[in-house]
Amino acid sequence: MDLTYTEDEEVFRGQLKAWLAKVLPALPPAPDPLDWPGRRAYDTAWQRMLYEAGYAGLHWPADAGGGGATPTQHLIFLEETERAGAPYVGANFVGLLHAGPTIAAEGTAEQRARWLPPVLRGDEVWCQGFSEPGAGSDLASLRTRAVRDGDHYVVSGSKIWTSHAEVADWCELLVRTEPVSDAVPKHRGITWLAMRMDAPGVTVRPLRTLAGSTEFAEMFLDDVRIPVTDRVGAENDGWRVTMVTLSFERGTAFVGEVVACRRTLGELARTARDNGRWDADPALRRRLGRLGAEFAALWRLTQWNVSESQGGGSGADGSGGGFGVPGIGGSVFKLRYSQARQELYEAAGEVLGPDALDLAHPWNQDRLSSLSYTIAAGTSQIQQNIVAERILGLPKER
Amino acid sequence: MEFRLTDDQLALRTGFRALLAGRFGREELRAAVERPVLDRALWRELGDAGLFSLRLPEAGGGVGLGMPEAVLVFEEAGRALLPGPLVATHLAAGTVPGADTGRTVVAASDGALVEWLAEADAVVGPAAGARPVRSVDPLTPLHRVSGERTGRPAAALLTAALQLGSAARTTELAVGYAKEREQFGRPIGAFQAVKHLCAGMLVRTEVARAAVYAAAVTSEAHGAGTGEREDVPDTRVPEIGVPETDVAGAKLLADDAAVRNARDCLQVHGGMGFTWESDVHLHLKRAWVRAGQWITEAEAAELVAAAL
Repeated sequence: MDLTYTEDEEVFRGQLKAWLAKVLPALPPAPDPLDWPGRRAYDTAWQRMLYEAGYAGLHWPADAGGGGATPTQHLIFLEETERAGAPYVGANFVGLLHAGPTIAAEGTAEQRARWLPPVLRGDEVWCQGFSEPGAGSDLASLRTRAVRDGDHYVVSGSKIWTSHAEVADWCELLVRTEPVSDAVPKHRGITWLAMRMDAPGVTVRPLRTLAGSTEFAEMFLDDVRIPVTDRVGAENDGWRVTMVTLSFERGTAFVGEVVACRRTLGELARTARDNGRWDADPALRRRLGRLGAEFAALWRLTQWNVSESQGGGSGADGSGGGFGVPGIGGSVFKLRYSQARQELYEAAGEVLGPDALDLAHPWNQDRLSSLSYTIAAGTSQIQQNIVAERILGLPKER
Repeated sequence: MEFRLTDDQLALRTGFRALLAGRFGREELRAAVERPVLDRALWRELGDAGLFSLRLPEAGGGVGLGMPEAVLVFEEAGRALLPGPLVATHLAAGTVPGADTGRTVVAASDGALVEWLAEADAVVGPAAGARPVRSVDPLTPLHRVSGERTGRPAAALLTAALQLGSAARTTELAVGYAKEREQFGRPIGAFQAVKHLCAGMLVRTEVARAAVYAAAVTSEAHGAGTGEREDVPDTRVPEIGVPETDVAGAKLLADDAAVRNARDCLQVHGGMGFTWESDVHLHLKRAWVRAGQWITEAEAAELVAAAL
């Protein structure tokens, strides 16, 4: 049990902070949150700066063009960039955190050479075509069909909740290449394809979130032709290919967000002290204190998960010592974090009082966005099933 | 940064778990419930095993370990529902003669209640006018005292470790029962309503664990520099790594985990959970006793809030 960083890690941190202090003041002003082309340009320009400084894909393996950093270095990178107020990964999210790592792990040498450098340089943006109107939590029941025609797949169907689809160049697409039958369970017969977003037959219809922005979209695919060479992994092996990515993410998924939440909590406390609620409302004050304990613990849990992933874990006895499987420890983290984030912005509403109804205040926008956290990337109910079945060993319902 | 347990720490934990399983298993626990007196022979054995002298320097006959190791051992004591003024005696080691070896039993007062006062050889803290109460926990005799409320971070942290152990144990008990008990032709643990209660218990335990272990590390490193950075006030992110705040937060979360997990464990056990025969109520009652000790929920929340 040790929370100190090594000399090398502190050197890395110092260099990163010095670089951030130098480059951040030169950044252009952040674009309007509703201006998606503007946001793409801003996010990819930042990615380009990271690339030129050698920080792009820091935690990717070196043979995929990444920095080969340890999970702790990646933790430091995410912590310090957030502390310094650097841009978030934004439109590069899918390319850097999902499609890229999948290609790095499962792609051929040609595929890695074609797709990874543009992601790291910020030249190309990816989106994720997984969910369908009839396949949400039950993702494996997806029905978008791909039929082989010579050296192409011909793809028809529809996808939904596709973030950044409006501004993406590529889509990581899960399709069904083998119909479900008695012999083919639904997790088989799925294939992972890379689809150009400007291919004929792709129609993107933006969806407006309850927060008013069009950050995700519905996507209609009508006889879209995708070269067989753009398939990653074997035909009908797409489910496994997708799951590989989970092992790529080693406990660092929410590092920046936890730091950001702790900063927001500090702002809440200052605002409450200034507007008199701190002294007038002990219940609110204690709620903020409880949230302080929550977010401190979530930061420690992040450090724990990173430390576990570094050493291969120390056994999954469920009673202590950690889980040994970062992806699963991630479910425990996400369950608590998504809830704590919602409680944080509920508290923000209390601190603001009547101003909680004014969308001009960023906390109120964030309060609306926080509602997605217990739904996106596996609902809390699905996460509870994962924890119960895969960590605690309880039997499956069916 | 190597937050996870070292091999030595894992071995220490395994050793204590085995010791307690052999010396204070379920039979001994139930016998103690029916006859709640302090087992002095066991107390001496715990002393010989180093429970009380764990953090004293080796030169003085101690084990020479630190707060992280103490927390691991107290977590095991919490799992086993080991009775007695463990925290008080551990903290008196090196000050009250015989406490380190378990030859002297030491009780301590936090200004509100004292456990095991009648059986203790010495008492630390304000205990004037102590009067016995009918303790809700059959295995923790209590005296009510009125005095200055004293908060001792080390006592609060070790109490949090006991709570953590109890929270982990009730999670296991609930999961074990949910796998065994069948209704509607299948184990009740196959139903999501039950499954989600169990998942929630694990989440509370692991979040509390991260807080308790981290507080042990920052408490140990206090004065020696924790490796936490101190040059960041300009970023306006509330700093963590301050021992007193860390301990308050850890106690808050561990109390919550112990009490709520015991409640959910009782629920999973159904009618069995409401019986005297089941161990669940023993965890719940002990968790209630500890939740008020050294720092209450409100005091902890205020302390963390003040640091924001």
